[in-house]
Amino acid sequence: MTGEALLEVQGLSKFFDGVKALDDFSSVVNRHEIVGLIGPNGAGKTTLFNILTGFLAPDSGQVFFKGTSLVGCPPHGIASLGVSRTFQDLRLIHRLSVLDNLLLSFRDQAGESLGGLFFRWPQCRHQENENTSLALSLLESVGLKEKDGEPTGDLSYGQQKLLSLLCGLASGAELLLLDEPVAGIAPVMIAQLLSVIRGLPNKGRTVMLIEHNIEAVMAICHRVIFMDAGIKVSEGDPVTVRNDPRVIAAYLD
Amino acid sequence: MAAKQGKSPFELLGLMEYLLHILILIGIYVILSVSLNLLAGYTGLLSIAHAAFYGVGAYVAALLALRLHSPFLINIFCAVILSGLLGLLVGLPSLRIRDDYFVIATFAFQVITFSVLNNWVSFTGGPMGLPGIPPVSFGGLVLSPKWVFFLLVLLFAVLVLLISWRLVASPFGRVLKAIREDEVFAASLGKDVSYYKVLVFVVGAGIAGIAGVLYAHYISFIDPTSFTVMESIFIISIVIIGGAGNLWGSVIGAVVMVALPELLRFVGLPNVVAANLRQILYGALLVAFMMARPQGLLGEYSFGKGGGR
Repeated sequence: MTGEALLEVQGLSKFFDGVKALDDFSSVVNRHEIVGLIGPNGAGKTTLFNILTGFLAPDSGQVFFKGTSLVGCPPHGIASLGVSRTFQDLRLIHRLSVLDNLLLSFRDQAGESLGGLFFRWPQCRHQENENTSLALSLLESVGLKEKDGEPTGDLSYGQQKLLSLLCGLASGAELLLLDEPVAGIAPVMIAQLLSVIRGLPNKGRTVMLIEHNIEAVMAICHRVIFMDAGIKVSEGDPVTVRNDPRVIAAYLD
Repeated sequence: MAAKQGKSPFELLGLMEYLLHILILIGIYVILSVSLNLLAGYTGLLSIAHAAFYGVGAYVAALLALRLHSPFLINIFCAVILSGLLGLLVGLPSLRIRDDYFVIATFAFQVITFSVLNNWVSFTGGPMGLPGIPPVSFGGLVLSPKWVFFLLVLLFAVLVLLISWRLVASPFGRVLKAIREDEVFAASLGKDVSYYKVLVFVVGAGIAGIAGVLYAHYISFIDPTSFTVMESIFIISIVIIGGAGNLWGSVIGAVVMVALPELLRFVGLPNVVAANLRQILYGALLVAFMMARPQGLLGEYSFGKGGGR
């Protein structure tokens, strides 16, 4: 079910005031794969995501997405290439409706340019209608359809996590980077989120996720990377990594 | 405030003329506040330079009309292009910096603009201003009656409202609001935040230029005191009191802020007292709104309150 390499990371390093946040990190994510990134706090997982999405510049190393170098590319440029991310601290526009947050996520909207607004208005309307029905069917697929008009701030924390995942789907991104998708939410919601994520490869998506919930990682990831102190310690299928003495040691510490 | 106060307006003008005068001023301030609302209310860019762009529009029109006797439509075209270009010039560096610093950068530009208008005597007339700006005419047909000019202002105000409505009630407006609320999130969704900020700043500046042209041709005399930082703050007050992030709020705000002080005349206060009282009224109104209703009359967004996320 997995295919050729979608994301290639080569020798990424990042220092913060002399502290190594990421040390010579290399890895490959293949198409239609779900890769889990685990490790203690401060292991450099979110730093890696921030570099991959252009919010941080690495001190050295290279990142290639479908062969295109991402280093030096601004965040919006990387997002436009088809790399979407969620945030650990959940960024959504609370004052906008659930539906508006989703509609915001679509790429290449004619209605977001002046040329489209003033010279191709029918096309804008048409696209907006299509996006709206797509967004509503996404909401329906997770049982949030009745919430479409509500301010996003009124959703529960779990529902917001679900919505931010949907935003990534709406963007049409091929690679979804999920930062702690199931942390801090009710068990019922965890099950729902995991089933959505598990189904993504069949919809042509590739996932890399950070998660502290080991059960969740074991349940859905095809491959797991264990990081500690900015270094990739162990990599392989979930069972192998879980039984790696270095991983056990780190978690028992 | 813009109106050049003489004696009591009743002594100078008939009641109808007086009312038209108020309506024309309201129209000009609708254009100014709606365009500032695009920046401040929708995108979260609190600019204190709006009066500067207003002034540039007025001076461009006045100088073109006086020196080259160019027609109104040419003047308005040049004024929009020039104030828009100036907006680009100010916006590019200012929008690289954040929030509070952006406010200060626009303030600096406001001060510089006033200083240039006030000191470049050979070109702008300096403090003496530019008198004798001709009224609007189309191919020799002079729009001298006040009500005709009012219709012209109304036309432009409606046009500006329509353009602004298209901008905000669309995917474009959704991006602006997203930038106002959370730039990082907007960028993570592939929106080029800097591009949108500069673009909106340029559009807002260009529209403010339109108001300047109308003002110059209407009043027929302009001097730098009409385009000070106080004027910028007056426009900001309209946006805040009317309601940031709501176009109708700016319309209502302009009506309230321009018409309300005029009511002071009817309670029989001496003119000198009324003029001073007006400033106090504006100040008191602004403080009262900030405390009791920070989102303004119709607004959905209030500065500083729950900003970001």
